Amino acid sequence: MREITYVEAVREALSQKMSQDPTVFLIGEDLGVYGGAFGATAGLIQQFGDLRVIDTPISEAGIVGACIGAALTGFRPVGEIQFMDFVTLSMEQLVLQAAKIRFMFGGKARVPFVLRMPAGSGTGAAAQHSESLENWFVHVPGLKVVMPSTPYDVKGLLIASIEDDNPVIFVEHKLLYKVKGPVPEEMYRVPLGKSHVVRPGRDVTIVATSIMVQRSLQAAEQLAKEGIEAEIVDPRTLRPLDDEPILDSVVKTGKVLIVHEAVKMSGFGAEVAARIAESAAFDYLEAPIRRLAGLEIPIPYNRTLEYHAVPQVENIVAEARALAQLKV
Amino acid sequence: MDLALGSLHVQTHQPDHTLLMAELDKDRLRRWLSLMSLIRAFEEKAEDLFSRGLVHGTMHLSIGQEAVAVGASSALREGDYLLNHHRGHGHCLAWGSDVDLMMAEFLGKETGYCRGRGGSMHIANVEKNNLGANGIVGGGLPISVGVGLSIKMRGTDQVCLTIFGDGAANTGAFNESLNMASIWDLPVVYLCENNQYAMSMPAQKAFKIPTISLRAAAYGMPGVTVDGNDVLAVYDAVRQAAQRARRGEGPTLVEAITYRWRGHSKSDRQLYRTRDEIKEWQARDPIRRLARLLDMEDDELDEVARQARARIEEAVAFANASPEPDVSTILEGVYA
Repeated sequence: MREITYVEAVREALSQKMSQDPTVFLIGEDLGVYGGAFGATAGLIQQFGDLRVIDTPISEAGIVGACIGAALTGFRPVGEIQFMDFVTLSMEQLVLQAAKIRFMFGGKARVPFVLRMPAGSGTGAAAQHSESLENWFVHVPGLKVVMPSTPYDVKGLLIASIEDDNPVIFVEHKLLYKVKGPVPEEMYRVPLGKSHVVRPGRDVTIVATSIMVQRSLQAAEQLAKEGIEAEIVDPRTLRPLDDEPILDSVVKTGKVLIVHEAVKMSGFGAEVAARIAESAAFDYLEAPIRRLAGLEIPIPYNRTLEYHAVPQVENIVAEARALAQLKV
Repeated sequence: MDLALGSLHVQTHQPDHTLLMAELDKDRLRRWLSLMSLIRAFEEKAEDLFSRGLVHGTMHLSIGQEAVAVGASSALREGDYLLNHHRGHGHCLAWGSDVDLMMAEFLGKETGYCRGRGGSMHIANVEKNNLGANGIVGGGLPISVGVGLSIKMRGTDQVCLTIFGDGAANTGAFNESLNMASIWDLPVVYLCENNQYAMSMPAQKAFKIPTISLRAAAYGMPGVTVDGNDVLAVYDAVRQAAQRARRGEGPTLVEAITYRWRGHSKSDRQLYRTRDEIKEWQARDPIRRLARLLDMEDDELDEVARQARARIEEAVAFANASPEPDVSTILEGVYA
């Protein structure tokens, strides 16, 4: 199959969906001639014009409000927040308006829009351009939260998110943009709310999100050389969470490591750990649940400090190995 | 007319009453009067139900502000959009909403506009393009940008009427929204219902400028201040703003100066203003002013008020007879 990068897959999903559905439009900062801060919308203004690729002033609440108002009146907007950090400037519109409108209005309104945003560290952008805030939104009924880890998933999940009738927080990772992988040329959907096993294994389960799926795959290759077979589960959608593949895997391996970039305290891993602890899979655990996550600090600027602020391949290898080798 | 706001004197836009009275036939103006009376009766009944412990939540009454709601809605047409704020019973009624369904929502019943899930602060009727009252001060302002964009992209001549208060004009959302609507020439009428208090904060302390409509200049749109207790003045200003929007020329900021007779909400002891000030504004009662324009006698006006109260009693009966939401449905309506 043809291989393209993650960011190309994002662009292809937008382009194909916009060609197919005239109610889809893009709105955000520097999307047009600039092509988006990470190039995700490059060339789309030439293809669709400035009425469907709308450059906004620096107005994050306005961008989300524009998505809500247009969604309420028949459109399927795709908004972009240039860095996930800046979504904090639109929290009122997202959390108090978008997420609640349908319920507050007795189920009689729909707010179908997608809000794309690049998250994560590793680019030297320091504390205010490197956030991983996905779990803030996981805590909000009415929102869906999607976090694709591969070029294939990002295309299929973005198309499915645009077609979804709810507000979807679509978290891309900056370091994934250049990752290449097989992506079909035609339109396809990866359904929301479906976790899947990325790599089968018998010894230890690794539940990972976003870039940590890629790092876990690299870790698994190293572990395999040592005779340890890790099974990797990628939830892909954090809300609603399909926990069955996770629980099934825990039943199979008896050991589980949860890995994400966001800080550990009250992070997504806490929810996954609780689901396991509350389920029948608990009885199959042969070791305590382990979490590997960002340190409890803002992302530092210095290259070395930044590297050590979030889980890396070697940390995953060490944690998974320790778990796998634990005798019960 | 000069309105004194504390130490500031505000020059307001003066409509030609004789011309407007000639253009609007008396029957139509009588219907406006009935509608304003209906709003007042709704609010008085809400207050009465609350004082008797029959209301679960809070409420924000618009008594004294009826001319803004009726004047603005009357200047629009079927198919236009409404976004309003949480002192919104009047706007909702003026939009042509069903009193029964509104009262049922106020009392949290399954038959209410929002199945009892929204309550007083969140009444919406999306089918009729009433996109809802908003519990967040300024919360509807960014949404108006999207509604305006949607109208523009569909190429219709609809208008979005966005009503907010003086408090909302000091939020960041106000700046982002008016600017975006203006740069894209969106068909939005921004109606600032300046009742002179953001809860307890007087507008004269919260603004360094004499009128909020002055801010329009900063966004490159027309701004006009009108006497919000004069239903004809509100109608005239909103109509002109709507016409401009329909011509594709962009948004307008209309400021209607009015006054709320009651406290902010149920908890308000009104320590921030005097009885004399309230009485002074009660003397400018928008309902009596319209009645005078119509040369109505007191007994005629009493009859209109009596009919309004009777209609509200029917709505209360409807709401009381309506079922409570079934707890088994509590999870419904979060996701589409």
